[in-house]
Parts: sequence; C-alpha cells; structure tokens
Amino acid sequence: MTRAIGIIAAAAIILLFATLMIVIMPSMQTQSRSHPSEGLEAYSEQALRGRAVYVSQGCVYCHSQQPRDPAQAPDGIRGWGRPSVPGDYSYDNPHLLGTMRTGPDLLNIGARQPSVDWHLAHLYNPRAMVPGSTMPAYPFLFEVMEEKSSTDVEVKLPEAFSTGHRLIATPDALDLVQYLRELDRTYPVKVIPTVEKSAPAATEAQP
Amino acid sequence: MSLSIAFLLAMTFLISVGGLALLVWALANDQFGMGQRAAETIFAPGEVGEVEDPATPSADRASMQQSREAAHQTSNSEELFERTVADQSSRTPVLFWLSSSMIWLLLGSLFGVIASVKLHLPDWLVQDAVLTFGRVRPAHLNVVAYGWASMAGVGVGLFLIPRLFKTALVGGRYAIAGGLIWNAGLMYGTAAILAGLSDGLEWLEFPWQTDIALVIGGALAAVPLILTLLKKRVGHLYVSAWYLIAALVWFPMLFVTANIPNLFVGVDQAMLNWWFAHNVLGLWMTPLGLAAAYYFIPKIIGKPIHSYGLSLIGFWALALFYSQVGLHHLIGGPVPTWAITISIVHSVMMVIPVIAVAVNHHLTMLGSFRLMLYSPTLRFVVLGAMMYTFASVQGSMEALRSVNTITHFTHYTVAHAHMGLYGFLSFVLFGSIYFILPRLLAWEWPHAWAISTHFWLVFVGWGIYFWPLTLGGWLQGLAMLDPARSFMESVTLTQPYLQARSVGGSLMTLGHLVFATHFLMMVTREGPRRDGAPQLPAGRWATKGATS
Repeated sequence: MTRAIGIIAAAAIILLFATLMIVIMPSMQTQSRSHPSEGLEAYSEQALRGRAVYVSQGCVYCHSQQPRDPAQAPDGIRGWGRPSVPGDYSYDNPHLLGTMRTGPDLLNIGARQPSVDWHLAHLYNPRAMVPGSTMPAYPFLFEVMEEKSSTDVEVKLPEAFSTGHRLIATPDALDLVQYLRELDRTYPVKVIPTVEKSAPAATEAQP
Repeated sequence: MSLSIAFLLAMTFLISVGGLALLVWALANDQFGMGQRAAETIFAPGEVGEVEDPATPSADRASMQQSREAAHQTSNSEELFERTVADQSSRTPVLFWLSSSMIWLLLGSLFGVIASVKLHLPDWLVQDAVLTFGRVRPAHLNVVAYGWASMAGVGVGLFLIPRLFKTALVGGRYAIAGGLIWNAGLMYGTAAILAGLSDGLEWLEFPWQTDIALVIGGALAAVPLILTLLKKRVGHLYVSAWYLIAALVWFPMLFVTANIPNLFVGVDQAMLNWWFAHNVLGLWMTPLGLAAAYYFIPKIIGKPIHSYGLSLIGFWALALFYSQVGLHHLIGGPVPTWAITISIVHSVMMVIPVIAVAVNHHLTMLGSFRLMLYSPTLRFVVLGAMMYTFASVQGSMEALRSVNTITHFTHYTVAHAHMGLYGFLSFVLFGSIYFILPRLLAWEWPHAWAISTHFWLVFVGWGIYFWPLTLGGWLQGLAMLDPARSFMESVTLTQPYLQARSVGGSLMTLGHLVFATHFLMMVTREGPRRDGAPQLPAGRWATKGATS
C-alpha cells in the first residue's frame, strides 16, 4: 500500500509540475485577459452572437486563427496578416486558434473580405464564390421567402447558381457575417515576436 | 522575462535535486531490485512457459503450446483456481463497461465515416445543422475517445485489477453505478454537440453537465481499484498496476482543471486546452493501453517481460516527459517560444520511455512470433504494441519545428492521431476483449472466422486510412508553404487521399460491425456451442467447481 501511495503522490506531483511549466508560467507572461493589444476593439454584441454561431457550427475544425511568422510560413503573403500576438485574443472565450487549415486562416478575414453580400452567398453555397471549395454549404442559415420585408437581407447569388427563389439570411447568418467582418487584427503591434528577434531560435525555425 | 528565467532555473534545480534524492532512496530501498522476479508476479507458481489465450479455438491450443517450445510443467496450483474466482468476481462491471464501449464504437465509427465523406462531398447532408461537418467531427472524436476507448479501457482495467492483485474484485457495484452515470453523461454530451451546444474547445466540447457526469462516473469506477488494492495478496505491484493507478489519478486532475469555466481566455486558454488534450492521450489513454499490453503479451506467451527494471524506468519517464508535450500543438502560434521549446524537448525525450516499452514488448516476443498464428489476442495486442512504438517515434519527429512547419494544420496530424488511438490503443483493446470474454462467460467465441474477418477488415482498412492520409497531409503542408502555389491547390490536391480515407474508414467500420455482432452473440450465447469452460483443464474445473 505504501508503494501505491508513493505512485499516486509522485504521479500527481509530476503532473502539477508540468502544469506549472507549460500552463501557469507561460500564462503569467502572456496574460491574455488583462493585456489586450492597443488597437484591439472588443466585439460588438452582434459579433459575439455570431461568434457563438461560429462555435456551434464548428468552423474551428477547418479554420485556424493564428497567422505564422513570415520566417516560418508564407501566411502573410497569402494575405492572412502579420503574426498574431497574445494581446490579439484578449476577448476570445472560448479561444478559436484552431489546428487545421482545411480552409484558410480567418484571423483577418474581415480586413480582406468585408463584403456582407460575398459572405452570405459564400455561406449559402461556397462553390458559387470559390470554385473547387470543399467547405460545407449552410442552407439552414437561410430561408426561402417570396415576400421580402424592408429589414430582410437577400442573398445575391451569381446568375449560374441562382435557385430561382428569394433567399433571406437568418439572424444567425447575419450575426456570423458580422463576426467575420470584425475579425481584423491588422492594427500594428509594438512587440511582434518575430523569429529574427529571438536570435538563437532563428536558424532552427527555418522550414 | 528575466524573472521567469530565474524561476525556471530555480525550479529545475529543485526538481533535479529532488529527483536525485528520490533515485537514491529508491536504490537504497531496493525499489528496482526485485528485477526479474517481479516480472513473474502475474504468473502462478510453475505457470511460466504455459500459454494462455482463451480466444484461441480449443483445437489450436495444443499446437499453440507446442509452438511455444519451452520446457514447462503443467501448473496445477491453487492459485490457478483462485484466479478463476478472481476473474468471475469482475464479471458484471467488466461486461457492463465493455458492452457500453461497443455501442459507442459503432456510433463513433458512423460519425467518423460521415465526417470523412463530407470532406470530399461538401454538399452531402447539408440540409440540417445537426449533421454539418463541424458537429459530426467533434461528435466522432468525443464518442470514440470517451465512449469507446475510455470505457473499453476502464473495462479492461477492471478485469486486470483482480488478476494483478490476486484477489476478488471488491466494490464492483460502484463501477457499475459509475458506468451508468458515464453513459448518461455521454448521451447528453453527444446530443449537445450535435445540437450545437459545444463548449468550443477541442477535446473539451462536452457541456458542463457531461463533465460532471464523467468526473463522478470516473471516480466511482476508481473505487474498486482502491478497495481491491487494500485487499491485495501480492508482494509486488506489477507494472500494469502502476499505469492503472497513475491513470486514475491523472484523468480527474486533467479533466477537472481543464473544465473549470473562465479560468483563462485567449492564448492562455489555448495553452490549457492543449495541455489537456495531449495529456488525456499521454496520461489517460496511453497508460490504459500500456497496462493491458504489459499484462497480456507476457501472460499469453507464458514468458515474463524482458526487463522489469526497464519497465519502471519507462513508467516514470513517461510520466515526466509526456506531461509536458502539449504545447507542440501551438508551434508557430502566439505563445512564448520558451514554453513551446519545453514541449518540443519533452516530445523528443519521449523516445526514452518509448524505447523502454519497445524493448520490453518486442524483445519479450522475440522467438514467440509464431504464436500470433494461433492467438487472436496476441495478433491484436502485439501489432498494437508495435504501432505504439511507431506512433510515438513519429510523434517525437512531428514535434520538431522543421517537421511541424510542414505537418501542422494538415491531415497528416489526423492520420497520426489514428496511428496512436487506433493502431495502438484500439488494437490493444480489441485483443484484450477477445481474451477477457471467454474468461468471464466461461464460453468460447462462437466463430473463429469472425475474429479473423474483424482483424483483416480493420488492419487493411486502417492501412488504407493511414498511409494515403499521411502522404496527402504531407503534400498539403508542402503546398501551403509554397507561396507560388495558391491555397486552393492545397485543398484540391488532398481530395484523392481524403477519398481513400473514406474507403479505409468504411472498412474499419465494417470490421467493428462484425466485432460487435460477434460480441453480442458471445454475450447471448448464440451460435455453435464449443468447449463450455475454457478457464481450466476440464477435470480440474469440474472437481474444484463442484466443491466450492
């Protein structure tokens, strides 16, 4: 029994130590919550609702939100933005950094594609806007309506993809698009942790 | 920054001194000294040299023993009979956890195939939000991780406990209650993910109600481990017991900490997320799989593991290094570089426990590989152990910045995950279940061909899953790194590999159907009746069984 207690205690201590090293220590340094980047604006009410739609539809499983350093990958050349810093995520809960790029990085999608019309058409039928796209279509974020009221937003599909019906965006779709439009971290940041600046790591990180 | 470095140095110093003191203490107290004798704890006196696989058709068992080609005396000790009693003691809780895991395996496979097909048929099943890719994929992950792998792992653990401690299982009903709560939590959680009520963090999608159910259910399942431990009748705790005990300490620590709401936001939350997600593999699933492999490989072939001291070094090295690898999921991300480097270093250090385990598993098998022809359990478990070595070495390589730059954000990682959780863990669990059921039910598997069919379907299916996806992911990564190629190129080029993955995944699912049907026939005693009680030589069972 002493042996078992020894195993239990040592196992717990080792895990606590690991937590200290790779969670508590680095978070003491980054302090995501209390140190937003200068220039980062809090999400609007509508964007927060849209963010919940993003979470609920599981967009994170195909889209990252963390452009990498130019020294590591051509994310900047692809128009995905400068390398992100911890202060860019101060209002992100849950975080949506992501681990897959089945689709492109979205941290700055609002800056490179601000058009509501484009986003709505793309959500309804991704292949109408991006030939060859493998993104799932989200027809359930839209309603077919014959009568359009003054507040409704109609989806403008390209001629070839038109369904012949009048498509109205649901509030969920509009919220989601608003969130995407507010994904914009193009403001300059003072400290970009470029690989060049931390000299010893520079050679190692070359692809 | 200088403060953190000073702190790190101080911590490193203290830990090193502490570790050294622990080592000196361990040597002084003969903690490693039991050596090979300890490796024989799992055998009854005189049993070394005797093969044991109740999943082998009785007709083949004699030839299997002949293949073992080792001098052995047929053991006939009291201990063998007591082991039968011990096996029977865990019957109901083990059957409950294993049967539940079967249902989750089927459901999880179905979700997996749907998610896979959706990646090359993006307009398939899009009319309803419930079946959108972004919900089916996390449903697949959570169902196979917490439903199949965890429940089957706990079931196998519950079976091993009385064998490892050489006494009847105490408090089995707590495990049954725990299993009920665990199942209820999973049902709610899976429905919640499909309904869009996910927490949004990978591996932590389940809502808080499910989190609470898993914590309570898991704690109840751990009760028999502690109660039986108190009654143990062995001098030494075999290494499998070490893994089981540690896993049952680690899982609640990880799961509770990671699910505390609003502890962190943003990048800090991402670090906590990946600390959890990799530790749930390294400190929960891996120990369950290794505990089973460390028991079944030597037990089936009747040969103690190659080096017992090495197995303990492997255990502690796994604990020390695996616990700190999580941040390699954020290489290139907005996280302090030193923290990521710590994780990379530890990922590479994982080579040490992996070699320790590999030496033990593979060198123990050396000279006995022929037995895999007879023993279905051995076929699954030994292949699983090999894939553990492969998956781990691959993982260490993948954590290197140069390799990770290519593989990060691609399907390569997905393939790697299936090397670990499927190739290693699921194979070991399949094998374990084939061994366990005849012992619990005193009944042979109805159809030897069904076991072979299951094996070949999942083995071939998994190969078609893994290799193309690995290659496709690698090419996808190279395409993304080349600024001269458009992003769409990286999307288009993966298509044939993703289609291959759907084919492989479907074959695996078909294999699971065969397995689950066979499992059901076994439990309900359908099919041909063969060799009623394969626990012991028939005469022995009859005489002893009659008197007790």
